[in-house]
Amino acid sequence: MSEEKIGVYVCHCGHNIAGTVNVEEVSEWAGHLPNVAVAKNYKFMCSSLGQEMVEEDIKQEGLTRVVVAACSPHMHEPTFRGACQRAGLNPYLFEMANIREHASWVHQDDKEAATEKAKAIISGAVRRAEELEPLEPFRAPINETTLVVGGGIAGINAALEIANSGHKVILVEREPSIGGHMAQFDKTFPTLDCAACILTPKMFDVGNNPNIELLTYSEVEQVDGFVGNFTVRIRKRARMIDTGLCTGCGDCWERCPAKVIDFVYESGLGYRTAVYRPFPQAVPKYPVIDTESCIYYKNGRCKACEKFCPTGAIKFDQQDEVVVANVGNIVLATGYDLFDARRIPAYGYGRLANVFTSMEFERMTNASGPTNGKVLLRDGVTQPESVAIIHCVGSRDKNTNIYCSATCCMAALKFAHLVKEKTHAQVYNFYIDMRTAFKDYELFYNRLLEEGTHFIRGRAAEVTDAARQPGEEGKLIVQAEDTLIGKQRRVPVDMVILMVAMEPRADASEVAHRFGIGCSDAGFFTERHPKLDPVATMNEGIFIAGTCQGPKDIPASVAQGEATAARVLSLIGKGEVQVEPVRARIDEDRCSGCRICNNLCPYGAIDFIAEKGVSRVNPAQCKGCGTCVAACPSQVITGQHYTYDSIMAQIEGLLYDQRTPDEHVRVLEMEPA
Amino acid sequence: MTENGTYVYYPGCSLQSTGRAYDTSTKRVAQHLNLTLNEIEDWNCCGATEYFSVNALPAYSLVARNLALAAETGGAPEVVAPCSACYLNLRKTNDYMHKFKKLGAQVNQALAAGGLHYEGGSLRVRHLLDIIVQDVGYDAIGAQVTRPLQGLRVAPYYGCLIVRPDTGYNTEYPTHLDALMTTLGATVVDFPMKTHCCGGHMTQISEEVAYELIRRILKNAADYGADAIVTLCPMCQLNLDAYQGQVNRTFNTDFNIPVMFFTQLMGLAFGLSTDELGFGSEMVPAMPALSRIGRELPEERERPKRRDKQALPMPTPRGSGRSES
Amino acid sequence: MVHTSPKPGLYEQIMAETPGGEALVTCLQCGTCGGSCPSGADMDSTPRRLFAMLMADMDDAVLESNTPWYCVSCYYCTVRCPQAIPITDLMYTLKQSAIAAGKFHKDAHANFSDSFIGYVEQFGRSFEFGLATRFQLTHHPLRTVRKSGLGFDMVRRGRLHTAPDRIRNMPQLTAILNEAKRIAAQPVPAGGVT
Ligand SMILES: Cc1cc2nc3c(=O)[nH]c(=O)nc-3n(C[C@H](O)[C@H](O)[C@H](O)COP(=O)(O)OP(=O)(O)OC[C@H]3O[C@@H](n4cnc5c(N)ncnc54)[C@H](O)[C@@H]3O)c2cc1C
Ligand code: SF4
Ligand code: SF4
Ligand code: SF4
Repeated sequence: MSEEKIGVYVCHCGHNIAGTVNVEEVSEWAGHLPNVAVAKNYKFMCSSLGQEMVEEDIKQEGLTRVVVAACSPHMHEPTFRGACQRAGLNPYLFEMANIREHASWVHQDDKEAATEKAKAIISGAVRRAEELEPLEPFRAPINETTLVVGGGIAGINAALEIANSGHKVILVEREPSIGGHMAQFDKTFPTLDCAACILTPKMFDVGNNPNIELLTYSEVEQVDGFVGNFTVRIRKRARMIDTGLCTGCGDCWERCPAKVIDFVYESGLGYRTAVYRPFPQAVPKYPVIDTESCIYYKNGRCKACEKFCPTGAIKFDQQDEVVVANVGNIVLATGYDLFDARRIPAYGYGRLANVFTSMEFERMTNASGPTNGKVLLRDGVTQPESVAIIHCVGSRDKNTNIYCSATCCMAALKFAHLVKEKTHAQVYNFYIDMRTAFKDYELFYNRLLEEGTHFIRGRAAEVTDAARQPGEEGKLIVQAEDTLIGKQRRVPVDMVILMVAMEPRADASEVAHRFGIGCSDAGFFTERHPKLDPVATMNEGIFIAGTCQGPKDIPASVAQGEATAARVLSLIGKGEVQVEPVRARIDEDRCSGCRICNNLCPYGAIDFIAEKGVSRVNPAQCKGCGTCVAACPSQVITGQHYTYDSIMAQIEGLLYDQRTPDEHVRVLEMEPA
Repeated sequence: MTENGTYVYYPGCSLQSTGRAYDTSTKRVAQHLNLTLNEIEDWNCCGATEYFSVNALPAYSLVARNLALAAETGGAPEVVAPCSACYLNLRKTNDYMHKFKKLGAQVNQALAAGGLHYEGGSLRVRHLLDIIVQDVGYDAIGAQVTRPLQGLRVAPYYGCLIVRPDTGYNTEYPTHLDALMTTLGATVVDFPMKTHCCGGHMTQISEEVAYELIRRILKNAADYGADAIVTLCPMCQLNLDAYQGQVNRTFNTDFNIPVMFFTQLMGLAFGLSTDELGFGSEMVPAMPALSRIGRELPEERERPKRRDKQALPMPTPRGSGRSES
Repeated sequence: MVHTSPKPGLYEQIMAETPGGEALVTCLQCGTCGGSCPSGADMDSTPRRLFAMLMADMDDAVLESNTPWYCVSCYYCTVRCPQAIPITDLMYTLKQSAIAAGKFHKDAHANFSDSFIGYVEQFGRSFEFGLATRFQLTHHPLRTVRKSGLGFDMVRRGRLHTAPDRIRNMPQLTAILNEAKRIAAQPVPAGGVT
């Protein structure tokens, strides 16, 4: 056994730990563990006084290892590593024991057991600490180019902010134009300002900023590397248009005979042609040919666009291009999808013609939309005399999505106003709770109350065309309980608008996997800390902004976009990154050259050095996952900071009370070959 | 499909009395399709909704006796019930005994007093319609159709319990009975009330409430031009058929819509005779409607094939966007 | 004060006796159940309101409500409830509690259920003819005349038997039901039926 001097510090975390775990008893007990020189407990270890206590003891007592028993290392491992470093102890000789999430919080109703468990966790940490080795972090320069994925309002703001500081940005957008959902709107709550008027200038700036390389109709296929040094593979889908020649004149789409429903920009309410530019203000201005609906790709005939293009820009044989780029940081701003209203059959969407989704209605009110801004029934001519707006469709519902989509109450108010403004129809809002938090939103609610909108407090039960009594024939009847009266009501209307939920993108979990970040239960990207680190992720150098992180409105999306820019710029400003030395290392003298590890590595970090006949880990690519460590038949790969000995010692420590004085616990009988 | 199309059959009380035509036609159609229905020996009542209202554990035990006997019946581990209420009670008891272990143990303690035991979840409980559409399948049924029900406009009425609370079908707007009727050659009318309540036992408790529920369904079928309502539950059939006269008197209406079992219509399409299928016991005579079979339907009311220029597209699932050239 | 009595109130009891019933604590009072219910217009309280009363410990008012008795078991509320509360099953439990407490609503058809159960316990099968007549005679004697016209038609068409069917092994069924009743009469253990 080693001759270390270990300091153990048990944190109360206010009442969080001390309320359940008997911290005095635990620190007293820890003082008797072998090699423990100092054992103390303190109210808040993370406070400056707590940190100074550790520093002081390292200097005075000559501690060689430090264990802090407190919360999750996510938050405070860096804090205490810093304290060690300041006192001249290698920070990798610090070990954190999590007795909050792993003991006090999960065993609040059994203080005794929680206290015992805290002892076991600390015992494990102490034994592990004995086995730790001093390490030095890697230092690597930061590539100053940033990749932004997704050109909605969040991504646009992130890109502009970074580019305006003089650094390069590659903005990758999947659709033919940037703009995202905001480009579909006519008006925005709560001020009702014109969406295009505030969005178009920003889009224009993106298109013309010399620091932004805009890749639309493109997607990121592969990501390698680590913070400061990512390599990404981007597929630029063939537009079938030579953008060097195209002037965006529009002759092609005006002549194109293939008309299809536009599910993206028109949300299914309008049509587009096979060669199309999604909307007039699109950036870039060039169209694309959708080869799935183009007649030429079906039967080899047509080519109308080619005939009419004055510059000869149509290129039917254009191929996808693959761009490989090196970037230092990545901002994901991939946005949201909308809930498929067919999943709630009681509302009749898809069967009852005059049931619309919120996004269909947005398009309807848009001056450049399918009805030129008129509010009309599905027949395209009749104005409704009464409209029902149903809140929480696919939100706050365990059968679909449990969360609140946060923006739809406000969007519903916006719609109620627009209906009134454009048709003078009666408007009925069916809601569970009105959620109008944030600046000036309640004022907007008040304005709608003053406008005479009807508010019925009850989640709509169903929308039906089955008339039951006179006055209902030919109408859509919304049936609900008016919970403030406690009675059922049937409200006959001409039009129903479903406020559908914001959902994670259909491919969110795939994208998260590709970029090495996590998703919440609901499927949105997970931030590093919900309060204090909302735009970072567990993968350093990868940030998230806007609705890909969770439902939010435009102001919040913009703020997050700009916040990611600040984070990226602060990293760039540092000039270099420190990378955790938690990496696999191969003992080349003992490597048999079997190459089993080579293909197992999920990050392709292991190279075979042919002349020596051995494998070698490239530390820049290795993420320290340990797959190769476990697979090596000769057991010559070491996971630094997680060595075989340190893990076994920790297990042995955890099981301290399972062991008789002269007998090791059974798992320890297995020794490396 | 179970091995050689054998099922354990639980007819339930109604099929012995008010729903006799359902039993007759079910057996006849099953025979025609080479399905073997082994009736549970000495089965008892499923408790309907009543028993569950008064004392739950005896109710679950009552149902569990049937499941225990079914498990002994041999053949396939699948029980088929044509009555929706029986189906629900059998399925719910089967599921709950499996899911809620304490309940399962208590029910088995009760069963033991009668020398029986049942392992919750060991059988699969299914509704007759499910077996027809899933196991036999539309293609095989279509192949048997010798006398298509051309000209008959039917309103497919599912009622509550075959889709709720959770049977895997759309809980509000199922279409499998619609598809079966189309396979038989009938014309299916849109029928928004297809899964609304027939009134259940309310006819016995509060006529005002029950008649209103029945009226809503009849009105909807009439509004959509149905010649007949097709059902899959003896209770639904009884309420819509036997009380139609009372509903007319109460509300001053003149509904005259026969209510048939889907098995009766299957039999007809297979070329079987009305006698073999239990026709004639309905209170609203089916014959006038049946006599339409084979006649050409009058031209569908003007429905413009091509949408008006101004009309907005109807929602279609993304990807199935048809091109409009 | 709510929930301070050491003895669980009706609210806790109803949840404990319903499989999955503990979900009731999450009721949002959204009214989807009340809006969906086909009998909603005839109930003195909608299901939602009844749950609010239950949570407010208005036990007597809940037991005397006609709401559970007007439930037709259509399960619309159950499939639509955004909190996945087994509302229909809760209605069954509420009926049982009302009967047990002897406090059910005057319109309740508790004795319809009783007659039904009587036949099942006597014969093992339900007996629609007997049921209809017996219930109608006690509750709506004047209507029976009108109804009997229908009953007669049904008999004539072979759809109603005038004598009940009976299962063979009645002793077995009786033994099972008696044992179940004995178990059910014991107080509900903590943690409920699940
Ligand atoms: C009906 C409705 C009305 C609304 N009205 C208002 C309002 O009036 N005021 C308000 O403040 N908020 C409103 N909102 C909210 C508003 O839409 C959002 O807050 C905002 O659009 C979010 O922007 P975003 O950039 O996060 O996402 P998005 O707008 O969804 O943009 C994401 C972009 O990323 C692209 N993308 C996605 N995946 C990839 C990928 N893998 N690779 C490359 N690119 C990708 C997409 O094509 C898209 O361009 C409304 C929402 C709805 C549903
Ligand atoms: S914002 Fe309003 S409408 Fe949207 S989910 Fe939340 S409560 Fe429902
Ligand atoms: S539907 Fe569910 S959540 Fe809503 S009021 Fe009824 S029980 Fe409560
Ligand atoms: S199950 Fe009962 S309470 Fe629920 S909606 Fe149907 S009738 Fe009403």
